[in-house]
Amino acid sequence: MTTNNISELSFEAALQELETLVRKLEEGKVNLEDSIASYERGTALKLHCEEKLREARMRVEKIMVGTPDGTHTTQPFETS
Amino acid sequence: MYDLHHNTPEFTVSEISQTLKKTVESSFSHVRIRGEVSSFKVHTSGHAYFTLKDEGAVLDAVCWRGSVSRLQVRPEEGMEVIATGKLTTYPGRSKYQIVVESMEIAGEGALLKMLEARKKKLAAEGLFDEERKKSLPFIPKSIGVVTSPTGAVIRDILHRIEDRFPNHVLVWPVLVQGDGAAEQIAAAIHGFNNLPSPPELLIVARGGGSLEDLWCFNEEVVVRAVADSTIPIISAVGHETDITLCDFAADQRAPTPTAAAEFAVPVRRDLAKHLQHHHSRLQDQLDQKLSLLESRVDSLKRGIPDLDSLMGDWTQRLDDWSERLNMSWNTSLKTHHNQVSMISSRLSHPRQTLEKWESALQGVCKRLEPMGMRSINDNQSQLQRWGPLLESYSYERTLERGFTLTLDAQGNVVTSANAINAGDTLNIRFKDGERKVEAKEKVA
Repeated sequence: MTTNNISELSFEAALQELETLVRKLEEGKVNLEDSIASYERGTALKLHCEEKLREARMRVEKIMVGTPDGTHTTQPFETS
Repeated sequence: MYDLHHNTPEFTVSEISQTLKKTVESSFSHVRIRGEVSSFKVHTSGHAYFTLKDEGAVLDAVCWRGSVSRLQVRPEEGMEVIATGKLTTYPGRSKYQIVVESMEIAGEGALLKMLEARKKKLAAEGLFDEERKKSLPFIPKSIGVVTSPTGAVIRDILHRIEDRFPNHVLVWPVLVQGDGAAEQIAAAIHGFNNLPSPPELLIVARGGGSLEDLWCFNEEVVVRAVADSTIPIISAVGHETDITLCDFAADQRAPTPTAAAEFAVPVRRDLAKHLQHHHSRLQDQLDQKLSLLESRVDSLKRGIPDLDSLMGDWTQRLDDWSERLNMSWNTSLKTHHNQVSMISSRLSHPRQTLEKWESALQGVCKRLEPMGMRSINDNQSQLQRWGPLLESYSYERTLERGFTLTLDAQGNVVTSANAINAGDTLNIRFKDGERKVEAKEKVA
C-alpha cells in the first residue's frame, strides 16, 4: 500500500490494494475527496491488473545442457 | 587302479587354476545372485569389496571402481540385494568371487524399509520441516519444469498451464528412471537455481510407476537439491498414492502433474472476473457516495428560509424595540417631571419659616414669665417642711435613745462584726462622749 507507483506492483499486490480500497469505501467512512482519489487509484489498479493478465502468453522453451563451460542455452520446445 | 592314476593328466597348480577360471567364467558370465550384503568396504583404489551371504553360504564380491559410481543403491550392511555380474576366480588365493556390475534392492519390503530409514535420517536433518517450506508465488513470471521431455507428463502440465494462465515455461529434460536419473534431476534443480534469471517456480514431475521406477526421487541427491532450492518447488511424482522423499522435501506436493499445474498458476478468467467485480463495486461506491451527497445538499438547500421571511422577523423585532424605546423615553420624562414638581412643592419660602419661629418664641416667652415667681415660692415652703425632718433623721438623736456608734482607730464607722479583729482598739461613741475599748473574740 506504500508503493505509489502502480506499475511496480505485482498483480497480487495491486488486486489486494483494489480490494482494500473497495472495502474501505463500502464502510462509508471516506470523505468525498478521498473517495474520488480512491476511485482514481482503484481504476488505475484495475488497468494495471488487466495489463498483467493480458501479458500472459504461452511460451515453452527447452534448456539445452551440454556446453562444456557449463552454460545453458534454450530452444523452443515442441511437445511430441 | 595304479594305471588309472597315471592315465589322469597332470596339471600344475596354475594350469588347474586357469582351467577352473575359464570354466567358471564361461559358465557364469552373467548371473543374478540374491543375498545379504556384509563387510562392505570401499578401498582407496575406489574398488568396493564385500560379501554376499545367506543362511548356508558366503560369496565374496568385488565391484570395480567404474561400477561403484553407477550402482543404483549404495550397499549397506545387512541389505538384501540382487547383484548382477559374472563369477570369476582369484587363483592367487584359491578363491572365487562375483564381480558385481549392478545391484538392486531385493523385494519391495526391503526397499520400503530402506526408504523409511532414509526418511527418518533426512527428517532428523530438518529437510522436511514445515518452516523450510516456501510459499508459492501467486502468478509466477516463469515456471521451470524438471521432467522427461517426452510422454504424457510434460504435455499434461503444459496444457493445464495454457488453459489456466498462459505463461513462460522452461523445460529441463532429464531421465526420470534408471541409472543417472537422480543425478540429472538434482543437476536440473541446481541448474534452474543458478540461471541468470531463474524461474519463480519449479515443478518436478514424473508419471506413475513402481516403487523401483520412482526410486530416483527417493535418492538423497534429489531430496537435498529440492530442499536447498531457493525457488519454490512443486513435486508431482507418480500417482496420488505414491509418495517419494522428493514430495516431502518439496514446498508443495501435487498428487498429479495436472494438479501441479493448477497449484502453479491461477485461472486467468477467474481473476479477470474478480477484478471486474471489484471495479464495479468501486464504481458503485463512488456513485452512491455522490448521489447521497447530492441529496443531502438538496435537502439542506430546502432548509434555507427565504430572504423576506428571514428579514421580516428581524424587521419586526427592530420595530418592536424602537417602539418600546420611544415609550420608555416618555415614561421616564414624565416620572422625572412629577418628581421635580413634588419636591418643589415641598420647598417653602424663608419668610414663612421666620414667621413660624417668631410665633413659637412668643409662646415660650409667655409661658416662661409666671414660672419664675412660682418656683421661688415653692422652694421656700419646702425648706420649711424639710428642716425639722432632717433634724429628726440625724444620728445624734439616735444616740440619745441609747444607741452607740463604733469607730475604728482611724475614725471610720464600723458596721460589721467581721471587720473587727481580736485585739483591735475601737472607739465607742455615746451621746455624751467616746470611750476607747479593746475587741475580744467574735461571739458565735
